[in-house]
Amino acid sequence: MERNIYLPYRMKVAKITEEAPAVRTFRLEFLDPAEAENFSFKTGQFAEYSVFGEGESTFCIASPHTRKGYVECTFRQVGRVTTALSNLEEGDTVGFRGPYGNTFPIDEWKGKNLVFIAGGIALPPMRSVIWTCLDNRKDYKDISIFYGAKTVNDLVYKHELKEWEERPDVNLYQTVDPGGETPEWKGEVGFVPTIVEKIAPSAENTIAVVCGPPIMIKNTFPVLQKLGFKDENIYTTLENRMKCGFGKCGRCNVGKTYVCKDGPVFTAAQLAELPNEY
Amino acid sequence: MSKIKKLSKESFPLLIKKISETQHVYGPVSQGKRISYQRISSADELASDFIIPDMSAKSFVFPKIEKLFSYTKNKDGVEVQDINLDNIPHRVVVGIRPCDAAGMESLKAIFSWDPSDPIFETRLKRTTFIGLACNQADDYCFCTSLGGSPGDTKGSDILLTKTDTGDYIAEILTSKGEKIVTLAPDLFQDVEGDLQKEKFLANVPKRFDNSDLQNKINAAFNTDVFDEYAMRCMGCSACAFVCPICACFDIQDETKGSKGQRVRLWDSCGAKLFTLHTSGHNPRETQGARWRQRLMHKFSYMPERLEVRGCVGCGRCSRRCPVDMNIAESLNQLIIDN
Repeated sequence: MERNIYLPYRMKVAKITEEAPAVRTFRLEFLDPAEAENFSFKTGQFAEYSVFGEGESTFCIASPHTRKGYVECTFRQVGRVTTALSNLEEGDTVGFRGPYGNTFPIDEWKGKNLVFIAGGIALPPMRSVIWTCLDNRKDYKDISIFYGAKTVNDLVYKHELKEWEERPDVNLYQTVDPGGETPEWKGEVGFVPTIVEKIAPSAENTIAVVCGPPIMIKNTFPVLQKLGFKDENIYTTLENRMKCGFGKCGRCNVGKTYVCKDGPVFTAAQLAELPNEY
Repeated sequence: MSKIKKLSKESFPLLIKKISETQHVYGPVSQGKRISYQRISSADELASDFIIPDMSAKSFVFPKIEKLFSYTKNKDGVEVQDINLDNIPHRVVVGIRPCDAAGMESLKAIFSWDPSDPIFETRLKRTTFIGLACNQADDYCFCTSLGGSPGDTKGSDILLTKTDTGDYIAEILTSKGEKIVTLAPDLFQDVEGDLQKEKFLANVPKRFDNSDLQNKINAAFNTDVFDEYAMRCMGCSACAFVCPICACFDIQDETKGSKGQRVRLWDSCGAKLFTLHTSGHNPRETQGARWRQRLMHKFSYMPERLEVRGCVGCGRCSRRCPVDMNIAESLNQLIIDN
């Protein structure tokens, strides 16, 4: 009999990393080795994570598909499920259902420059694709990462930012909102779109990936367009409330487009065709 | 495979009795002012002289609350117990209205959209629908405006049409229907000639022309028509719950002590919380946007993605609406304006 599509895999919380105030990363490992063996995903996909007794929440898979044996998710403690997740300790059991949705077309990007632009808690979906590309570094030309948060303290993956900063084959531009800097801060100060405009990455043979709060996306697209990026070469991920993850519960659609099945990865050209219901 | 037989008024109760020897039989039962599908053991319990049960028959295949699996928490972690689809009962629903039966096809399209939902599929496979054609209708009925009819066979395994003598014309439509006949073959009589079932059907006038409905509703997307019509909508969700096709759902955990279950529950796009993000952002911010979603989903998105409409014209949503919103009226207005 086919597997119950609502039945989660049981995963062990193998490692908890405190990223920023109320933001944590969980590394999850399958309790059943056979399930681990059969599981695969591609960068860009998302999943339903659950605490039994509290319910399910939707997050992207924040780890790259090039690294097997575990998945990672990063979440901010806000609601019922994320609070329950936050109260867990290493060794505890969670539910995991997925992967769902489409993927970043990283094979099509081979031989191109990549510009990643993320704001705040939206680095997690991008971290997956960044590491996937870095794990296949020779396939891509220049890789630039723009990342901004409200304050220095709110930057997530601080240790990985340091790693990217030190790599000669990655250009990392970090920024914090005005007022969010500390005396020791050596990065930029200003909103993400402003910094992108200032650094002005070349649009020639380049793919841009933008993830962030709606206001950041809205203000970054025009900057990229001004720099000469075509809408087909600008990617983003949409997030809408979901329950099932596979096109039945009726929540996440934007017009006739289902974020769970047709997305979450869209190009700016595709977004332009959608009604403003996201 | 449609075969036409006659089932006399004396044979009908015998058929119910025969079926209930091996399977659970359900049918419309009168409970004061309410007509609802209930378990029955004899044909005497069936309501007569009514337009349509208050609730649709969708709960036979998509219950209000459906257990998805259960779990037990202990000091070592969590054990998960899957559901056993073998426990889903074989059932026969007698007297389902043609609109409700036709709605099953749309529900099937939703739940079989990849990945197919085994719980729904199993429930549908194990339910036999013996439809009863409508010999009366009211002002809310508009099945004929959407391609249906009071004698539509779609979704039924057997369709019965009551004639003026009280006997039934029985159309045997599917292999599940055949199985019912084989339980009591002697009760079904062969017929000769055309029994003219149309003579005994209700007259449901067309309320609008559906020929270009999808384009017209698409054209209305950016107009004020939805906002204006939904001014009085309270977002109570009654329309979604009585609808034979509305299948939007929520998933929640119910725990008692160390044991619990994850359940799927009926939900509604008319509710504000339905799409509310944790951040406070709501993609469908106004009741107008939510009413638009309801209509667009049924008459544009479903036809486009699943090749079925999300409405069969049963009229329940309009009958039950506490502020008298009328879906046929709203559609008619859209069609005229666009």
